[in-house]
Amino acid sequence: MNQQNERLRRTMMFVPGNNPAMVKDAGIFGADSIMFDLEDAVAMTEKDAARYLVFEALQTIDYGNAELVVRINGLDTPYYENDIKAMVKAGIDVIRLPKVESAEMMHTLEKLVADAEKNFDREVGTTKLMAAIESAKGVVHANEIAAASKRMIGIALSAEDYTTDMKTHRYPDGQELLYARNVILHAARAAGIAAFDTVFTNMDDEAGFYRETELIHQLGFDGKSLVNPRQIAMVNKVYQPTKQEIEKAQNVIAAIEEARLKGSGVISMNGQMVDRPVVLRAQRVMNLANAANLVDAEGNYIEK
Amino acid sequence: MKNKINRNIPDEIMREQGYTGFDSVEFGNPDIQRVAPKVTATTGNSKVVASLAEVIEKTLHNGMTISFHHHFREGDYVFNQVMRLIIDNGYQNLTLAPSSLTNVMNDIVVEAIDKGVVTNITSSGMRGSLGDAVSHGALANPVIFRSHGNRARAIETGAIKIDVAFLGVPNADEMGNANGMDGKAAFGSLGYALMDAQYADKVVLITDSIKPYPNTPASIKQTQVDYVVEIDAVGNPDKIGSGATRFTKDPKELKIAKTVNDVIINSPYFKDGFSFQTGSGGAALAVTRFLRQAMLDKHIKASFALGGITKPTIDLLEEGLVAKVMDVQDFDKGAAESMHLNKNQQEIDASWYADPANKGAMVDKLDVAILSALELDTKFNVNVMSGSDGVIRGAIGGHQDAATAKLTIISAPLVRGRIATIVNDVTTVVTPGDSVDVVVTEVGIAINPKRQDLMTALRDLPGVPVYTIEELQQMAVQKVGTAKPLEFTDKVVALIEYRDGSLIDVIHEVKD
Amino acid sequence: MEIKKSALAGTLESSDVQILLSPATDGITIDLQSDVKKQFGDQIEETIKKVLLSYKIENVHVKVVDKGALDMVIKARTITAVQRALDIVDEPQWEVL
Repeated sequence: MNQQNERLRRTMMFVPGNNPAMVKDAGIFGADSIMFDLEDAVAMTEKDAARYLVFEALQTIDYGNAELVVRINGLDTPYYENDIKAMVKAGIDVIRLPKVESAEMMHTLEKLVADAEKNFDREVGTTKLMAAIESAKGVVHANEIAAASKRMIGIALSAEDYTTDMKTHRYPDGQELLYARNVILHAARAAGIAAFDTVFTNMDDEAGFYRETELIHQLGFDGKSLVNPRQIAMVNKVYQPTKQEIEKAQNVIAAIEEARLKGSGVISMNGQMVDRPVVLRAQRVMNLANAANLVDAEGNYIEK
Repeated sequence: MKNKINRNIPDEIMREQGYTGFDSVEFGNPDIQRVAPKVTATTGNSKVVASLAEVIEKTLHNGMTISFHHHFREGDYVFNQVMRLIIDNGYQNLTLAPSSLTNVMNDIVVEAIDKGVVTNITSSGMRGSLGDAVSHGALANPVIFRSHGNRARAIETGAIKIDVAFLGVPNADEMGNANGMDGKAAFGSLGYALMDAQYADKVVLITDSIKPYPNTPASIKQTQVDYVVEIDAVGNPDKIGSGATRFTKDPKELKIAKTVNDVIINSPYFKDGFSFQTGSGGAALAVTRFLRQAMLDKHIKASFALGGITKPTIDLLEEGLVAKVMDVQDFDKGAAESMHLNKNQQEIDASWYADPANKGAMVDKLDVAILSALELDTKFNVNVMSGSDGVIRGAIGGHQDAATAKLTIISAPLVRGRIATIVNDVTTVVTPGDSVDVVVTEVGIAINPKRQDLMTALRDLPGVPVYTIEELQQMAVQKVGTAKPLEFTDKVVALIEYRDGSLIDVIHEVKD
Repeated sequence: MEIKKSALAGTLESSDVQILLSPATDGITIDLQSDVKKQFGDQIEETIKKVLLSYKIENVHVKVVDKGALDMVIKARTITAVQRALDIVDEPQWEVL
C-alpha cells in the first residue's frame, strides 16, 4: 500500500441536497469530500426534487478533486431504492447509508448498488460505500459493519441520534462519545478504512470546535463531518503537521530514497534502522503537508 | 469616435458638450484655473430664516443649478422636503447636482423630471425607479455621472456651477457654523458637502438643532453660509448607516475576502506604514477583519485608512493598528459617532480625498484599494453603473479615484445567480482596466499582465490559483451559459466621465 | 403523455426556479418570469421544452418563476414537476435523466 496516494479525508462537508445555491457552490471551499444530503436536510415532500437536483449537479458541475458522497435515505424509507438508482446512474463516488446497525444492512445496499450498476452500464464495484453509525446497536456491531464489503471506504459516527439512544446528550468535553469514538476508530482501522467524526453544529463556539477537532485528531480519526464551509479551514489547521514533523518526515523520505538507490531492503537513518511504522507516518505527514500547502514542489518546508 | 479603450462615443456629444475622449489614467501636471463663488456680504446677527419655502423663494430661479449631499444616505429627510416645495412652486428647467442620489430620493426626482422641474442631472450614481426612468429615456439631456474626486474637480473648474446648495446638517448655529458629527441625525464626515459649501453662490443650511453661537468644531463655516433654516428632523438616524456593519457569514464572500487578504499581505506593499481603502459591504468588512489579524501577526501598522469609513476601520484606529483615518464619509453609526471622539479620525473634503486637479490628493498616496464590481471584462475594465439588464443601478463613488492606488484589487464573485460577473466586454466602462491590478474571485485570482511584478509576488500563493482573466471569463460562461446581448436604442441617456473630465463611456436607452 | 393534474416543483429562493405545470389542450405554453429574461429567457424555455419533449408531453401550460437558476436546476425542477404531474414519482423514467 502506498500511503502517499492515500486519499485525505479531513473534511466531509454536508450540503443540503435540495438547495440549488449551496449545491452549485459546494466545490469552491476545498473540502476533501462533499456529502450531498438527501436525508435529514430534505423535507419528506421534496425527496424526489433533491434527488434530481443532485443528479443534475453531478452531471454538470465541476467539483474539482473532491470526493463526492451522497447520504441517501434510510433502508426503512420509501425513497431508498430510487435514491440508489439515481446516484449510481449519476456516477457518485460514495454512497453513505445512515442509521446502520448491522453488516446485513450494508449487504442489502451492496446488492442494490450492484444491480443499479448493471442497469445503468456502470462498472460493477466502482460505487463505494460508507456507513453512519447512529445507535448503540450500530456501535456494538461496528466491526462487522466496517468489514461488510470490499466497497467500504469508511464509517462515521453520528452523535445526535447516538446520544439520544444512549439516554444522554452532547456535552462540551465529549466524554459521552469516548467509547463510540474509540470503537468506531478501531473498527475502521481493523478493516483498513477511514473513520469520520460527527458534526459540530454551534458555529458561534469556535473554541469548542477546535477542542473537539483536536481531540479526534489525537485519537486518530481521518477527519470530521462538517455542517458549514467555514469549518474547513479550522479542521485543516488542526490536521496540518508542524515544521518539526515535516523536517523529520523529509529525512525519513530521503533515507527511503537512498535505500532504493542502493537497492537495499533496509532503510537506515543516522545508523539506525527505520521501522515500517515510521515510514508510514512520514509518508502520511508529507501527504498532509502537501495538502496544507506547507511544502514547495521539491518537498521543502515553506517559511511563513 | 472610439476613445482609447474602444468605446463608441457619438460625435455630436463630443462636439456639443465639448468633451474629449478618455485617453489615459495619467493626469499629468496641467495648470488649472479655478472659479470662485459670488458672495453676498452680510453683517447681520442671524441668518435664520423662518421656513424652507421662504428661503427657496429668496434664492431660487428657473434654470438654476441646485445641489444636495447624500451623507444622510437612506435616512435623508431634507432632499424630499426641499424638492417638494420646488415642485409645488412650479420651478422649471433646474439642474440637479447632488453628490449622489440615494433610494429615498428616487420617486421625487422622477416626479420632478416628469413635470419639467429638473431637466439636467449630474450625480455619482442613481438606482431603483430613478435609474429605471433615466434608462428608459425620461430625460431629454443625458445625465452626467462623475466620481467623487471628479465632482470636486468639476466644481472647482466651474463645469458644475452651483447656484444654491441645500445642505442638511445635524447641528448649526444661527450664523451657519456646523458639523456632521453631533446631534440626533449625526452622520460623521461632511466630506462631499464641503465642496458645495465652498463653491456654491448661495449656501442654505438646514438643521433640526440650532446650537449656541459659536458652534464648534465647525466643518462648514459661517463665512460660507447665507441662510440657516430649522426643520423638525433632518434625517432618520436608524437609516443613515443601515446595516452597513453587518459582518458577512456568507462562505463565498468570506472566501473572497480571505483571498483578497492573501493578495494584500503577499504584495510588496504590505509593510509598515502602508495605506489602504476598503469601502463598504460585507466582503470589505471581512477583509478589514482578516487584515487586522495579519497586521497583528506580522507587527505591521498602517499609516492611514482612506475614503468611506466603517466601524471595523475605527476599531483598527483605536487598537493602534492604523495611525490616521482620513474620512470623507461614514458608512455606519459606529464610524459616524466616533468622529468627535477620535482626533485621528480626520474629516477630509472630496477634493483632498480624490480630486486629480489639485496640488495633491490623498488617493495619490494610497497603496492598496479594494473595490467591487457589477461587471469586469477581459480588458480589466470595471462596470459599477449599469446592471445586467443594461439599466442604471449604481454609482461611481470613489471607484475611479481609489483605483489609481498602487495595488487596486477588484473583488467580485465569478457569477451572481445566473449572471456572469467576468465578461468579454462590460456593458459600461466606469473604471479603465489600466488602473486595475488584481481581480479576486471565489475560484482564484487574475493579475493584469502589465503587472509582472505582482505576477512574481503572487504566483505561488498556497490555495490561491492564478488564472488569466480570459480563463476566469470562460469559467463564468461554463457555469451560466452565454447570455443574449442586451439591446439598446441610439439615444444616449447618460455620460460617464473619467475623473479627469474626459468621456470614458456613454449609456444608451434600453430597448424593452 | 398527458398531464392530468397540476404539479409544482422548486422554490422562490435565490438560484432556484419554481415550475408549475397545468393541464392544457393547446400545445405547450410557457409563462416566464425572470430577472434574467432578457439574457436567458430563450435558453430557459428551451431547457424546459426539451424535458417535456423527452416525456412526450405535447399539451401543458408551464408557469415559471425563475430566481437566477442555472440550467441544471431548471432541468432538475422540470423533471420533478413532470414526474409529479404524471404521478410517476415512485416509478420514475430513468432513461430521461
